[in-house]
Amino acid sequence: MSSTVLLTVIMLSVLGLFSAVILYFVAQKFRIIEDPRIDLVTEALPGVNCGGCGYSGCRALAEAIVSSTSFEGLYCPVGGAETMGKVAIILDRQPVAVEPKVAVLRCQGSPDNCVRTSFYDGATNCRVAHALYGGTTGCHYGCLGCGDCVIACKFDAMYMDPVTQLPVIIDEKCVSCGACVKACPRNLIELRKRNKKDRKIYVSCLNKDKGGPARKACKVACIGCGKCVKICPYDAITMVDNLAFIDSYKCKLCRKCAPECPTAAILEINFPVKEDKPAEPAEAVAN
Amino acid sequence: MFKTFPQGGIHPPDNKLTVDKPIVVLPLPSQVTVPVSQHIGAPATPVVEKGEAVMTGQIIARAKGFVSANIHSPVSGKVNKIELVTDTTGYKQMAVMIDVEGDEWIETIDRTVTFVKEVAMTREQIIERCQLCGLAGMGGATFPTHIKLTVPAGKKCDLVIINGVECEPYLTSDHRLMLEKGPEVLTGTTIIMKALGVEKAIIGIEANKPDAINHLTVLSKDFKGVTVQPLKVKYPQGGEKQLIKACTGLEVPSGGLPLDVGVVVQNVGTAFAVYEAVQKNKPLIERVVTVTGKSVSNPGNFLVRIGTPVTRLIEAAGGMPDDTGKVVNGGPMMGKALAMTDVPVTKGTSGIILFPAEEAQRSEVMPCIRCGKCSSACAMGLEPYLLAAASERSMWEKAEKEKITDCMECGACSYTCPAKRPLLDYIRLGKTTVMRLARERITK
Repeated sequence: MSSTVLLTVIMLSVLGLFSAVILYFVAQKFRIIEDPRIDLVTEALPGVNCGGCGYSGCRALAEAIVSSTSFEGLYCPVGGAETMGKVAIILDRQPVAVEPKVAVLRCQGSPDNCVRTSFYDGATNCRVAHALYGGTTGCHYGCLGCGDCVIACKFDAMYMDPVTQLPVIIDEKCVSCGACVKACPRNLIELRKRNKKDRKIYVSCLNKDKGGPARKACKVACIGCGKCVKICPYDAITMVDNLAFIDSYKCKLCRKCAPECPTAAILEINFPVKEDKPAEPAEAVAN
Repeated sequence: MFKTFPQGGIHPPDNKLTVDKPIVVLPLPSQVTVPVSQHIGAPATPVVEKGEAVMTGQIIARAKGFVSANIHSPVSGKVNKIELVTDTTGYKQMAVMIDVEGDEWIETIDRTVTFVKEVAMTREQIIERCQLCGLAGMGGATFPTHIKLTVPAGKKCDLVIINGVECEPYLTSDHRLMLEKGPEVLTGTTIIMKALGVEKAIIGIEANKPDAINHLTVLSKDFKGVTVQPLKVKYPQGGEKQLIKACTGLEVPSGGLPLDVGVVVQNVGTAFAVYEAVQKNKPLIERVVTVTGKSVSNPGNFLVRIGTPVTRLIEAAGGMPDDTGKVVNGGPMMGKALAMTDVPVTKGTSGIILFPAEEAQRSEVMPCIRCGKCSSACAMGLEPYLLAAASERSMWEKAEKEKITDCMECGACSYTCPAKRPLLDYIRLGKTTVMRLARERITK
């Protein structure tokens, strides 16, 4: 009995030792020499593999960063300046300052603002609904409300508001990875420059129709009147196809445009209430 | 002998409520809206201007390129405006709006009802006439007819199949056309045969239309090479590939066209339109539309001009019933629900169906129980549950490998699914995405 156990132990030990020797030589022969900094950089990156940088995952970005000589086009939007600073220390390079961004939804088509003209009972998926028809309202530019963006968000930074039937972006959690931007078939979500205290001024509409039809479809649609373009002292607002767009990099947050907008399509968010104009309709809608 | 296709298929309730209703000519509306894109291919370019007086049959938008079709004015009157209007999908598209004044036809159109059997034109003349008259497939896909009549170099066509199946429940427009315009449809078939240089034609008709089978069988004795093939009732027999399989036993290869097996399939409505274009020089400006529904007071088959608002059709059928929950443009299986009824009739509108609310609503979606009913129902031999799951998860390579582009969107899978999963919704999404990706690969 005891000899059987002994024999087994010896046999396995010899077999193990033999295999280990073979494996050692094979490992020496087929050794892959990898830059050790790739592992270090990967560790410094957030490790969520969201794809926000444009690479398939954090390791792919790390490989790209290490193999490149500069930070040109290589930036982790999730980790931001802090992470990129750490990476720069590892690689002994000068960090590049990239301004942080935040996602904003450019639609206010809640049932209050935008009358529902039909009912959709197909698959709950924005891309399906978008391919099928114009939507449940008269506006075929607006939010379809099936929540593809919320499903796409890996950072719990979005939820569907049951009252407005629109997605809401939580500024503190948004890392500007851009997953929601890609998920939206109507391109309603935009990555804009993140300002101090998360202050935002933007045209919350994508309706390219002329004034009449746009207004008929939605109370708070951009009607392309051009008032905001005229009043903007910094040339930050452009008008294309009856739709105003505020360039977040040119905008100085002077707040002159929002009160001009006759349909309250321009949103001012996280600003203190103005003294002279206490009842600001746009702020009531914001967040 | 009744034939059918072997694989898949379903038997939805027939509900052909308007079988006995003769085609009624609908009075002209006060205004028509004629979209410039009523066919597959490039939209036509408008050639009239605002305020211009137009006559019935005049070209108002010219085809742009080969895969496109001319659009003719369906009425006489004045062009009110040319602008973007909401079409049947809810998106905006360019359309010509015409205020109707009288009904003045251009002189070249032969408006007499005398039946002309002898085909005087040559092959090239027929194809050219079909192109000029803006013919597009009337079965619903609206593929420009002149392209289908042109056999590309290296391909050979030896059989024409005329699709008189009308396998969609409710619809009866093709059925009525066969009964009332039998000789014209058969002459149209002869013209199509001549254009393709073919000696043989089969008219496929399902067994639920015995009167049409008898009528055309008797009439076809006077037309050389034309025979009527009765078919067993099964959806989707009206699909090109299914009809070819049912009539001839030939199988169109995956990703191929009917011409690969030497067959061209045309709809009964198209055959009639070809007759009118070639023998009477009449462009495609009107069509038969079935307006039906279980609670509609006066359902029927109407001959309407293109561009007539759907609301006018519903009025003619006795108005919209109070319990209406969904208005479908086309058949109940493949048609699309309308977001609004203020849209025009186009070349591809075969029916308008008003469903009561309790019938129209989709049931709650439950998880897939892997019963395989969808795979048994699929006439193309696909696995709909797998294609839908792949599309839902954006697995486009997988969807392509599983031949998602072979799907003809008949909806048999969604119809048969006991868990009421929206299979076709996802498959359609996957199909368009895979096709787009394939196109991008080619252009790269």
